[in-house]
Amino acid sequence: MTMLRFSKPNNELEEGGRSAAPVQRDAGEPEKNCPNCHKDIPLSRLWAGDLVCPCGYHFRMKARQRMTMLADKGSFRELFSGMKSGNPLSFPGYDEKIDTVRTASGETEAVVCGVAAINRQKCCVFAMEPYFMMGSMGSAVGEKITALFEYAVRHHLPVIGFTVSGGARMQEGLLSLMQMAKTSAAVKRHSDAGLLYVAVLTDPTTGGVTASFAMEADIILAEPGATIGFAGARVIEQTTKAALPDGFQKSEFVLEHGFVDSIVPRGSQKKYLAQLLEMHAGRAIE
Amino acid sequence: MSEAAYDRVRLARDSKRPTGLDYIRHIFRGFLEFHGDRRFADDPAIVGGVAWLGDEPVTVIAIEKGHTAKERTARNFGAPQPEGYRKALRLMKQAEKFGRPVICFVDTSGAFCGIGAEERGQGQAIAENLMEMSTLCVPVLSVLIGEGGSGGALALAVADRVWMLQNAVYSVISPEGCASILWKDADKAAEAAASLRLTAEDAKGLGVVERILSEDQLGEKVYYDRIRQLLEKELQTLMADDDLLQHRYDRFRRLGTGAVTEEFT
Repeated sequence: MTMLRFSKPNNELEEGGRSAAPVQRDAGEPEKNCPNCHKDIPLSRLWAGDLVCPCGYHFRMKARQRMTMLADKGSFRELFSGMKSGNPLSFPGYDEKIDTVRTASGETEAVVCGVAAINRQKCCVFAMEPYFMMGSMGSAVGEKITALFEYAVRHHLPVIGFTVSGGARMQEGLLSLMQMAKTSAAVKRHSDAGLLYVAVLTDPTTGGVTASFAMEADIILAEPGATIGFAGARVIEQTTKAALPDGFQKSEFVLEHGFVDSIVPRGSQKKYLAQLLEMHAGRAIE
Repeated sequence: MSEAAYDRVRLARDSKRPTGLDYIRHIFRGFLEFHGDRRFADDPAIVGGVAWLGDEPVTVIAIEKGHTAKERTARNFGAPQPEGYRKALRLMKQAEKFGRPVICFVDTSGAFCGIGAEERGQGQAIAENLMEMSTLCVPVLSVLIGEGGSGGALALAVADRVWMLQNAVYSVISPEGCASILWKDADKAAEAAASLRLTAEDAKGLGVVERILSEDQLGEKVYYDRIRQLLEKELQTLMADDDLLQHRYDRFRRLGTGAVTEEFT
């Protein structure tokens, strides 16, 4: 039996400009400090509220927690669970890094895929894993997402996807980059089959994932306060030597600029998605 | 640590190398440049239009870096804005309508990182190109002539054939960026360059490119003539392909599958 530990591993990808994700500790750690309101919130209260602070701040959520939140009880069936990346370039330090991350996160890769029912409507679902190298996309992530869209075409199903990613996984080099093209081609085939794809962008959705399947959905939703963008804020500051506007790359900013359809808080997501599925059911579900 | 890979990066970035416009001028006849994305602006970092390749009208699109300091500033050092990618897609859709093949020349350190670029959806612009190019109903051939900087390069390289000059590089991240993120030390760029496997030989070994183009007599007439002949011949093959889109899908579909293992539990 695998022990799931929710302590976040040191993630080199996210150090620097962005603030580190809140650490989820083992049971016994009763409170968590909210980076927005700075209050200590009892963990039990956070868990009861889908990891949303009473102030509205959305804490990061593990992929499987999302599935539990979203899917009708007992309806989630995982697909491609055994797929994982090797070290195709023999990139220095990658084997050790990925071993550590696998142990700490309890996941084998940075995305969880499957089929589920949402208010009894069947769909394909994927959720990326923030505690696995910040959802970075390597060959296995690209393969799983691609395989899921192909499965959805074969079974005539809509796809609901939760993105969280620092971008392409640099340790797999060009092969990671190519996953952007590969997943995009699979999304296109799904789209051309007349099927619905809804993406929910969560904190953070950046880099190669933003520049591929996150921005290719028919309907693009975002969680409040999420960082959504292509280039990192720090890189932009260094490149342009300009001060970034308030709320730069936050969901509300991205909505204002016309790149997401709506901001949907976590507590309303299941209902919202169920409504969308229902409105598209005539075409999408046999 | 060998500097060989990083030497390639230096060569790929050399401002004396032929740029996109040099290839357009010397390989094609009668180039007519078309400007603008019809939405916001014309991006000088991407040049596109129609031209003759031998007896065949083609759409040609190139990222242009410029040679002199003045040119390079005017071209934003070959770092496209979202409107550059949208112009490219507009011209590709036009090519599709008129049944013209598309030839792209790619040379960029990456899509531009700026406030305006983010406000106008840099990620969305690239994503749309990747998606639409995957099913563009005419042959697409991309040549990496210098730097192939990540998504900003890939947005013009979802093609039936991708070729690389022998000293071009193609990478998911710049060696400097990789070194500073992974090892907090941009001075380890040479090490990162070697680890990222970004040379033309590496890319070919990974199945990412089909052909490496020799740089013998780089910039001379015979050099461009040689590339023209190769392009003409390859387009003949592609135009005769009855299952072009399936082959294009398969081309990208298999990339990375060898790196994935599956455990059955």
